[in-house]
Amino acid sequence: MRFAFTDEQLMFRDAVADLLANECPPEKVRWAWTDDEGRDPKLWAALAEMGVIGLTAPEAAGGLGMDEIDLLPILTEAGRAALPAPLLETTAVVIPLLAESAPAAMAEAWLPRLADGSAIATIALEGQRLVPDAHIADLLVAERDGSLFAVPADALRCTRQSSVDGARRLFTVDWDTADAECIVAGEAAAAAIALAFDRGAVAAAAELIGMAERMIAMTVEYVVARQQFGVPIGSFQAVKHHLADAELKVSFARPMVWNAAYALATGEPDRDRSVSMAKCFASDAAEVVARKALQCHGAIGYTTEHDLHFWLKRSWALAASWGDALWHRRRVAALLLD
Amino acid sequence: MDMRFTEAEEAFRAEARAWLEANVPHGLPSGDTREGFALHVEWEKKLFADRWSVVSWPEEYGGRGASLWEWLIFEEEYYRAGGPQRVTQNGIFLLAPTIFEFGTAEQKARFLPRMAAAEDLWCQGWSEPDAGSDLAGIKSRASRDEAAGGWIINGQKTWTTRGAFCNWVFGLFRTDPDAARHAGMTYLMVPLDAPGVTVRGVERLDGDEGFAEVFFDDVFVADDLVLGGINNGWGVAMATTSSERGLTLRSPGRFCAAADRLIDLHRRLAAAGEHPERVAALREDVAQSWMEAEAYRLATLADVTGLVEGVGQGARSSLTKIFWSELDVRLNETALRLLGPGAELIEGSPAAVDDGAWMKAFEFSLSGPIYAGTNEIQRNVVAERVLGLPRK
Repeated sequence: MRFAFTDEQLMFRDAVADLLANECPPEKVRWAWTDDEGRDPKLWAALAEMGVIGLTAPEAAGGLGMDEIDLLPILTEAGRAALPAPLLETTAVVIPLLAESAPAAMAEAWLPRLADGSAIATIALEGQRLVPDAHIADLLVAERDGSLFAVPADALRCTRQSSVDGARRLFTVDWDTADAECIVAGEAAAAAIALAFDRGAVAAAAELIGMAERMIAMTVEYVVARQQFGVPIGSFQAVKHHLADAELKVSFARPMVWNAAYALATGEPDRDRSVSMAKCFASDAAEVVARKALQCHGAIGYTTEHDLHFWLKRSWALAASWGDALWHRRRVAALLLD
Repeated sequence: MDMRFTEAEEAFRAEARAWLEANVPHGLPSGDTREGFALHVEWEKKLFADRWSVVSWPEEYGGRGASLWEWLIFEEEYYRAGGPQRVTQNGIFLLAPTIFEFGTAEQKARFLPRMAAAEDLWCQGWSEPDAGSDLAGIKSRASRDEAAGGWIINGQKTWTTRGAFCNWVFGLFRTDPDAARHAGMTYLMVPLDAPGVTVRGVERLDGDEGFAEVFFDDVFVADDLVLGGINNGWGVAMATTSSERGLTLRSPGRFCAAADRLIDLHRRLAAAGEHPERVAALREDVAQSWMEAEAYRLATLADVTGLVEGVGQGARSSLTKIFWSELDVRLNETALRLLGPGAELIEGSPAAVDDGAWMKAFEFSLSGPIYAGTNEIQRNVVAERVLGLPRK
C-alpha cells in the first residue's frame, strides 16, 4: 500500500507548475477574457514541448505513454493556473479514447499530431450540450446514437455561447453524420463512452482541487495583509473558521480524486463509484471554497478588477460540468442502494 | 501509487477476520454503565489472551509488533465484525503512546502489560471545572513532599470518561504555580484507590454514568508516577492529545462499518415499504454519509503513507478530528431521519428499530465535536498552524 505520488510524478508536476507560473500568470487569464480567440498557441506549444499534451498518448505516437495517475497532478496545476486551454478535452479524454478505440489508420493519423501539439481535439458526449474550444479544435470526437464519431473541424457548424467565465470558449455544434468517420460502434462504443465520461469527470475534479487550493492561498494572503480595527482580519475567529472550513473541504476531496485516478488507471471494478465520489466531493469543495474565498475578500473580491473572480467563475463552470455533485451523488446512491 | 496490501498483510487480515468472527460478542450492554463495563472488560481480557488487544505494540508488552497498515486492517476487521467499543481505549490509544515516548523502562514494564491485559483500566484527567478548552488554565496542584519522595495533589478533574469504573487516571497537575501558564505543569499517573481520591459518577446526555468527577484531597503520588519529567507536562500532554485528535483513536474502520449499517438500514426500510417517500427522499443523504466515511478512509491511507515514510500529520490532525466527528453526527442524523417518528425509541422498547441503537449512536456522536478539543478550537488550530493566519 502506498497512497501517494512518486518522486518522478511530483518532479514533473513541479516543472509544469514552473512553466505555468511563467507562461500562464493571471494576466494571461485576463487576456483570454478579452481576446476574441482567447487561446495562446505558444502556451499550447510549450506544454506540448514538455510532453504535457501528449502525456497520455502511446510512446509510438510520440507521447509519454503515461496514465491517469501521472496526469492528475498536472491537471491540478492547470486548475491552479486557471489555464485557458483544452487540456482536459485533448489530453485527458480524446487522446486515450483514440488510442484505445479508434481504427489503426485513424489513430495513426491523429495521435502523433495531437501529442506534439500541432492538432487540438475536443469532445461532445450526448447530454453535454456545450462543447469547449470548438473554435480552435481540429477534431471533434462526438457521440451520436450510441456510436462515437470523428468530426473534422471543417464539418462543424458552431454557435458561440457565452459563459460567465469569460476565459471559457463554449459552443453548441451541429454536424452531418455523412461528414464524420465512425470511431467505434455497438457495445465497444458504450464502454468507450462510459470511460470517456469518467475520465472527463476525474480530470475536472482534479482541476477543481487545484482551483480550490489556489483560492485558499489567495485568501490567506489577503486576510493576513488586510487590516481592520488595527489588526489583520485573519486574526478574527470568524474569518479563521471560514478558511478552516475551506481547507477541510479540499483536504477530504483530494484523496477521493487520487482514488478515482487510481481506479481509472488500474481498471478497478468499482471505477464508476470511485469516479462519482471524486467529482461529487471536488464539485462541492470548490463551490464551498469559492464562497468562503469571496466572503473573506469582501468587496474587493466582488470586482472584476481583482483576479479572484477568474477562479470563482471557473469553479462554478467546472463544478457543474461532467456531472455536478447532485448527479454524481445520485449515481453513487444508485450503486449503493439499488 | 499502489492500493493493494501485501500477501502478508492479507494473511494478517484473514487471521484477524476468522478470530473476530468466532469471538466477537454481540448485544453487550453499553460499556459506559457499571454492569456493561464489567462485561466489556471480560471481552478485553479475551482479546488480550489471543494477543489481539494491542496488535501494534511490541510482543514483550502483549502485542504482535504489527505495522501501521496491519493496525488499520485490524481496526477495519474489528468494526466490520461488529466488535464493541473499546473501554480500554483511553489507556491503549492515549496513554500508551505517551509512555512509549516518554516513559522510563521501569514505567513501561510496570504499566504497559497490565494495560494490554485490561488489568489496569485508565481514564484521563484533563478538564477541570474552570479549564476545558483552555487546558493550560488548570488549577489542580501537586506540591512537593521531599521527605516522602513524591507529590501531594489537591484539586478536581471533571468529564472523566468511565472514571467511575477505572482504577487509574492520568493527567496534568500544576507543580510550579509561579511559572508561566504553559510551564509548571507535570504529567502524573494516579491510582484511583489512593487515600484521598473521591470519584463521583455523572450521568451523560445518553443516560449512562459515563462521566465522572474526580476529587483529590491530599493524595500522595510517588516520584515514579511522574511521566516525562517535572514541569514538563504540557509537551508530554500535547503528544497525547495529538493521538486523540488524529487517527489512533478514530480509525476509519468504525465509520466505514457504521456507514455500511446505514446502507443496510435504508435497504431494510425500503424493502419493508416503510414510509416510502421519506426513504426515497433520503437516498442522497445516505450516499453522502457513506462517501464521507470513504473519504475518511482514503485520507487515512494517505496520512499513514506519510507516517510510514516519516512525514507526520502535525497540526493537520485537527482537520482529521473535525472531519470524523462531524461525519459521525451527520451519519447518525441521517439514520434518525430515515426512522422518522419512531427514531426517539430507545433500548428496550419493543417497537424500536435495532433496539434503539441509532438514537444511542447519535447521542454518543454528539460528544465528538466537543471532546478532545472542541471543533471551534480545532478550526483555530487549522487556521493558525496549517494555513498560517495570525494568532492575534
